[in-house]
Amino acid sequence: MGNYFFETEGPIDRVDGKQKVTGQALYAGEYPLEKLCYGVLVGSSIARGNITAIATKEAENAAGVLAVITHLNRPAIPGYTGEGDSGPAGMKLMSSPAIYFAGQPVALVIADTFERAQHAASLVKVAYKTTESSTDLSTQLSKAAAPRRGKSEYSRGEKNAYKKAAVWIEEDYVIPHEVHNPMELGSITAVWNGDQLTVYDKTQGVKASQRSYAQLFGVPQDNVRVVAPFVGGGFGMALRTWPYEVAAVMGARKVGQPLKLMLSRSQMFTLVGYRPHTIQQVGIGATRDGILTGISHDATAATASYEEFTEGVVRMTQFMYSCANVDTRYRLVPLDVSVPTWMRGPGEATGAFALESALDELAYKLDMDALDLRKKNYAYTDPESGLPYSSKFLMDCYDQGAEKIGWYKRNRQPRSMKNGEWLEGYGMSSGVFGAHRPAATARAVLAADGSLLVQSAASDIGPGTGTAMVKIAADVLGLPYDKVRFELGDSRLPPAPTQGGSGTNSGVGAAVHDVCTAVKEKLILAMNEGKAGFSKQPQQEWLFEKGRIGNGAESISFSDLLKNMGQSAIDLTRDSKSGEERQKYAFYSFSVHFTRLWVHARTGVVRIKQIVTVADAGKIVSEKTARSQMVGGAIGGIGMALMEEAVFDHRFGRMVNNNFADYHIPVNADVPDIDTIFINKPDPYINPMGAKGMGEIALIGYAASVTNAIYHATGKRIRELPVTPDKLL
Amino acid sequence: MSKTLPTSDEQGKGASRRDFLKWSGAAVAVSLTPSVVTRAAGERADETIAGFFEKMPLKLEVNGKLHQLQVEPRTTLLDLLREQIGLTGTKKGCDQGQCGACTVHVNGRRINSCLSLAVMNEGQKITTIEGLAKGDELHPLQEAFIKHDAFQCGYCTPGQIMSGVACINEGHAGSADEIREFMSGNLCRCGAYPHIVDAILETKKGGNNL
Ligand code: FES
Ligand code: FES
Repeated sequence: MGNYFFETEGPIDRVDGKQKVTGQALYAGEYPLEKLCYGVLVGSSIARGNITAIATKEAENAAGVLAVITHLNRPAIPGYTGEGDSGPAGMKLMSSPAIYFAGQPVALVIADTFERAQHAASLVKVAYKTTESSTDLSTQLSKAAAPRRGKSEYSRGEKNAYKKAAVWIEEDYVIPHEVHNPMELGSITAVWNGDQLTVYDKTQGVKASQRSYAQLFGVPQDNVRVVAPFVGGGFGMALRTWPYEVAAVMGARKVGQPLKLMLSRSQMFTLVGYRPHTIQQVGIGATRDGILTGISHDATAATASYEEFTEGVVRMTQFMYSCANVDTRYRLVPLDVSVPTWMRGPGEATGAFALESALDELAYKLDMDALDLRKKNYAYTDPESGLPYSSKFLMDCYDQGAEKIGWYKRNRQPRSMKNGEWLEGYGMSSGVFGAHRPAATARAVLAADGSLLVQSAASDIGPGTGTAMVKIAADVLGLPYDKVRFELGDSRLPPAPTQGGSGTNSGVGAAVHDVCTAVKEKLILAMNEGKAGFSKQPQQEWLFEKGRIGNGAESISFSDLLKNMGQSAIDLTRDSKSGEERQKYAFYSFSVHFTRLWVHARTGVVRIKQIVTVADAGKIVSEKTARSQMVGGAIGGIGMALMEEAVFDHRFGRMVNNNFADYHIPVNADVPDIDTIFINKPDPYINPMGAKGMGEIALIGYAASVTNAIYHATGKRIRELPVTPDKLL
Repeated sequence: MSKTLPTSDEQGKGASRRDFLKWSGAAVAVSLTPSVVTRAAGERADETIAGFFEKMPLKLEVNGKLHQLQVEPRTTLLDLLREQIGLTGTKKGCDQGQCGACTVHVNGRRINSCLSLAVMNEGQKITTIEGLAKGDELHPLQEAFIKHDAFQCGYCTPGQIMSGVACINEGHAGSADEIREFMSGNLCRCGAYPHIVDAILETKKGGNNL
């Protein structure tokens, strides 16, 4: 391990780029199928209560309608075991008259065209008995309780030690309800053929979805095929099987025709998870010269009344900085809302906003540079486990980022830098996320023509998984990129993990590396046996270059060598997973974000002028796609910092801004030039490539660099996201 | 606040497609062969026939190909392209004019096809992402998108490219800032914006004949 370096052919273009720019890439709702019908879900208009009557006749009689399904006539779903309205797969679709959140599916209308299904859905009339709902976390904090599952408290050293420190602060930080909103709507096309099921699905994990449908519909796993070669963004939204997908599969079975269901944009706000509203308190203290002596971090997050969702909000506080006394607490409040789920960065991004804001506040109170404070408390071994890091180049990140943006050239005093009517500010923050290596399997087929096919049931929701895998395979075997094809997004392929938690590149990449190395070994064996028929049989290592193997003087193509070996192909499959190294080292990826921005003194408008984002993500497999991933993370962070907030009318428990005109995400004009810097040093232990994950750290912490810069610009500390102009006036 | 609903009987009245056939179908059925109507009376085919009466003829050109279709007046140009013509390159991101994923050209002008009813496009020339390349030869902006990695998931990409081509043609690609402004109707949740700007700038500078 650790001796693997890429001999690159130069930057690789996205392997599926041509399909994406020509409109040929097929997403889940785009498969042309005979006799396709359309499903539309009707959502509850109340947040809590019961359906007292539901009238479907009119809808059933409408043109083209094939079925109207409600809790009164829903076909049985065998996997819905146990009592109650929620089970292992989450809320059971239309299983009783009970309503748990506004927008909850109460009917599925199926018709022969989309227009007819949509019209008929508007004809379904539902009467409810409403009971009082509660959707506001801030008024329900007294109901906070430890989650049923998982550890909710952590401490090392003394609790609340920050209060004894020479200098300390204690503040509340609030993250609102934020919604993933990938551009592709939640989409699924389900096709039953007897008891064989094919699902074209918007999913981040075809294998997990396959297991889920098999379990829910009581068919063997092999009968289910989940296909998702293209996924129009996920950000966590497609990490699990949602009730809308169950509805589509159930509906398709009921009408005996392929069924397509695409959620509306407003349904995307309520049916497929979100980052939960979370209120945090951080207390942090230090000696006068800036040595941290205590950090306490409490977080209280919203969850659904019918299902518990937990995430690592306070995790970063436990291990980011060297500090003897750290205690954290995590609690939940069940509300009459749909269930949250992981949203990019997930809980760590929520927690990082609080921790990285608090450090900035402490730095100012200490009259110390915020970056210097972080460097002073740099953890050289993992403070949580005591283990050495597998690799950590965070100091390089700090230095290179600071240099690039001119950090130390700024005037540190708040409200000291002006540009006409605009106040200028600099802010920085850091991010961290566990570097994982999930188990994966890959198959490689070296064909008679010397081309290579590699397969694994991985997903690509956007980072460029296929591109990175082609790069790894090409580099291992010395093949030109265009001689390698990588197939993913089909549950029939060898198993791969769900794309989430920044593990795909590491885990699937390792499997691709391993199987290609096995192919290479076969070729080497043949070479050593003299199958190339070279005039001289040398002892030195073989050179793999441009699809040929040689010794410097002579070379043979893979294709000719296969012929000489009497084989039409080499076809191998390898499982790959982490080993003992996971017990010996602490594995993390790190990021540092710098933001320079302007705040308009009179209107409170914020304009981000420059971003420098730096990653220690180990060896970068494909720089071009990696840059896009980092840029995308920072832009997601702009949304989090300045725009994104789902607003509820708590009287009715309903979201009022469930569309893109009212829920703002960054647009082109909100985004400045972004510099990305990769330390690009291989991690010697994580996997053969030395590549750590990057998807989460691209976003984690970013929002705090903006709020810290806003403080520097204006002298105003905003602790409740998003920082809309009204908060700055 | 429980309210009462119409009974099933009341509901059934007046809304049935079968009733529709009884009165309008009787008159128009003359133009159909009687056997069609008789057969229709069985199964649910009467709905199909009712649907036929609700459709309007539409002639339009998509990517240089003439289409003669029957469409419901409520069908959007976006759904017509995706569901009836089978051109799924044009994406649906919101269906309410807020994201730009559905951008196509109508007579060279960019529009959100989800905001245009199909029947409003009688006789128009529509260009979608599928019609941009000349055979195997990509449009320069398509090339530039690949070169600059101006996308991740690719879902907003057809809309971005159609919008980008129009942005250049409109003369709104003079600087990075101008492009940012005139491309802000096309959302990208993956955050490919800086690369989209690079791709458009380069294509504009290349002075390629678009
Ligand atoms: S789908 Fe037309 S603007 Fe969003
Ligand atoms: S590339 Fe994914 S939304 Fe733009």
